Amino acid sequence: MCLAIPGLILSTAGDDPLMRTARVDFGGVVKEINLAYTPEARIGDYVLVHVGFALTVIDAAEAEKVFEHLERIGEIEAELRSEAAQ
Amino acid sequence: MPVDFTLTCPVPLAGDETIKVAHGGGGRASERLLDTIFRPVFDGPELEARHDGAALDIAGPVAFTTDGYVVRPLEFPGGNIGTLAINGTVNDLAMCGARPRFISAAFILEEGLETALLARIVTAMGNAARAADVRIVTGDLKVVDRGKADGMFITTSGVGTIVAKAPIEPRRTAIGDAIVLSGDIGRHGMAVMAARENLGFETAIESDCAPLAEPVLALIAAGIEVHCLRDLTRGGLASALVEVATTAKLAATLEESQVPVQDNVAAACEILGLDPFQVANEGRFVAYVPERDLERTLDILRHHTVSREARRIGTVVAGRAGRVACRNPMGGSRVIDMLSGEQLPRIC
Amino acid sequence: MKYREEYRDPAAARRFADAIARTVTRPWNIMEVCGGQTHAIVRYGLDQLLPPEVTLIHGPGCPVCVTPVGYIDKAIEIAGRTDSIFCSFGDMLRVPGSETDLLAVRARGGDVRVVYSPLDAVEIARANPDREVVFFAVGFETTAPANAMAAWRAKREGLTNFSLLVSHVLVPPAMSAILDSPTSRINGFLAAGHVCTVMGYEEYFPLAARYHVPIVVTGFEPLDILEGVYLCVRQLEAGEAEVENQYARSVKREGNRPAQDVMREVFRVVRRQWRGIGEIPESGLGLSDAYRAFDAEERFGSVAAKVEVVSECISGEVLRGNRKPTDCPAFGKRCTPERPLGVTMVSSEGACAAYYKYRGAELAAAAE
Repeated sequence: MCLAIPGLILSTAGDDPLMRTARVDFGGVVKEINLAYTPEARIGDYVLVHVGFALTVIDAAEAEKVFEHLERIGEIEAELRSEAAQ
Repeated sequence: MPVDFTLTCPVPLAGDETIKVAHGGGGRASERLLDTIFRPVFDGPELEARHDGAALDIAGPVAFTTDGYVVRPLEFPGGNIGTLAINGTVNDLAMCGARPRFISAAFILEEGLETALLARIVTAMGNAARAADVRIVTGDLKVVDRGKADGMFITTSGVGTIVAKAPIEPRRTAIGDAIVLSGDIGRHGMAVMAARENLGFETAIESDCAPLAEPVLALIAAGIEVHCLRDLTRGGLASALVEVATTAKLAATLEESQVPVQDNVAAACEILGLDPFQVANEGRFVAYVPERDLERTLDILRHHTVSREARRIGTVVAGRAGRVACRNPMGGSRVIDMLSGEQLPRIC
Repeated sequence: MKYREEYRDPAAARRFADAIARTVTRPWNIMEVCGGQTHAIVRYGLDQLLPPEVTLIHGPGCPVCVTPVGYIDKAIEIAGRTDSIFCSFGDMLRVPGSETDLLAVRARGGDVRVVYSPLDAVEIARANPDREVVFFAVGFETTAPANAMAAWRAKREGLTNFSLLVSHVLVPPAMSAILDSPTSRINGFLAAGHVCTVMGYEEYFPLAARYHVPIVVTGFEPLDILEGVYLCVRQLEAGEAEVENQYARSVKREGNRPAQDVMREVFRVVRRQWRGIGEIPESGLGLSDAYRAFDAEERFGSVAAKVEVVSECISGEVLRGNRKPTDCPAFGKRCTPERPLGVTMVSSEGACAAYYKYRGAELAAAAE
């Protein structure tokens, strides 16, 4: 449920925060999206979009953490392998 | 005493912007429409003869096909209902291993249709016919009341000369056959959906509507043992593969990573929650050839613009009739099914 | 697409799967609540990558599935009126009511329109002042802010021809109800990532404590789900029962405040029937008093509580996670997406539909 997909803000329009919109690029398809719930969103941000509304600005630093965790898991694996080899 | 009367009969004057019921009546209004819009484009000896039917010189065996074309909107990026009609008919004949030769086109127009739109569509049909080397030799025109025809409907029939030495059909597919796809999928369906204004998409997705006879005839001429051909239309790649497998009483495996989907098509599918495998195409086909003919098949196909991205996507295997399994890069496997019912965007 | 492709990397997926396999020492049952997660698991075969000790149980994460049949019937009734335009997300059109569905109403000439966004329905109301425009507001908390904004705009503009038929459901009460059930065998949860994008995850701390289950807020891509399972298994092996956030790139602990503010103004918590499950107290959203004028039930009559005819459909058991689609004798044979017996097969997010689409006919054949 909750098909929400990430897109890149190309431009914004409107002053009233509850009526602000953005043109968002979803990898080659651009659509106008409502920014009422992401007043902090700026051009160049990635937002998560569900039924025409941006629900959050995607945190790039947090996004990386999944891969950092993976790296750490990889290190643990390497340690275990070398321990087993000894 | 001179009587001043105003002509109020409903026969439209020259230069009318929209189609009226009278245009389909077979009288002067019809003739005017045919003369201004149809005859300049669909010229040819058969049409000039102005018979009820066309006399053709064609030797058998002959392939014969018919199709109805309904699409909304009538014009979309990459084509219109007219180009769909011509290329669709050409492709049905090509898939039988035939050289497409002659087409008939019957038009049902809705009262109120913009004449300029009709002219664009008919002109495009003429161009498509010339590009596909087929002739439109006979046709018909009717007009129905407003609200009865979604703009316009076109029904075509086509005949072609069969050039394949052996029948090209699902029952000739064999275990081990390579399944070759001629290019990226999902463009037509997404182009049409994006063009329906209520979705508000800005995108450069264009329909892949195109004639496929050239590459197919090239395969046949090169002596490739083509077992089966299927053009992808409504229901997409999934329907084509499942239909062939079911009829052949065989199964198939597919590599998802080998099936090309353009980025913007994939994005549009993601937004609407649709599966590219089930989205309509109008200029793509799959070919089933023996493994030993694969390299030559790819070579020949890649020499033609419409199939320059051809690649092998799977294999025919033994198994439950109609079962098409698709391996994804994760190593998991899913069963491909035909489209069930209408494709509806989802939020969930 | 950025923030998609990289979370589908097969090598990374296998690394997580290996880490999970190395960590488990005994069987665990983990429930993923959200239909979107079920979809991803079945589509990518993520359950096939997991060690046999880990069993994924699919939860009632399909608001389309759980919409009470009375609401579908009311939608059909409204859509059948000549003076109305009924707007809905595409998902709802195929859901069977007591006798028919919205698709059939459209085929008979009813003005039923699929919209991508609830604001499209408001636009339709503006453009058709002489027609009654009704929007079917369903979904979890994820969709509530968008639906709330439609009502908020309509009120601000003073539209008199727009109303909403509201059947929202809330996730935490459903999780409680599932855990309260004596037959529950669930050890841990993957919480619905996008619901938490809106609501945050404060509400899950009391649940984790009361039932002693780890709850990991999880995303929807293969790497998200695998990492979510890994974190959950790690806690289970260590005897922990904490709330963790795997989906931190999109979820903050407090959630989306502006969205919650508008939701609080437009909606209030109500009791709700979950189709196939029964009533769960305080598990739904209805319109607040300030927005009563926009309630389709006020304009067109209240939704009747309907008793469903019992058939061989076990969607209730599937929604509760007690049975898998393949446990059902009708699955793939008498019940298919073409001829569904119950909601979990109708909705594309329903567990039965997901199983059928991706594993489908072969499972039915194997059962023969």
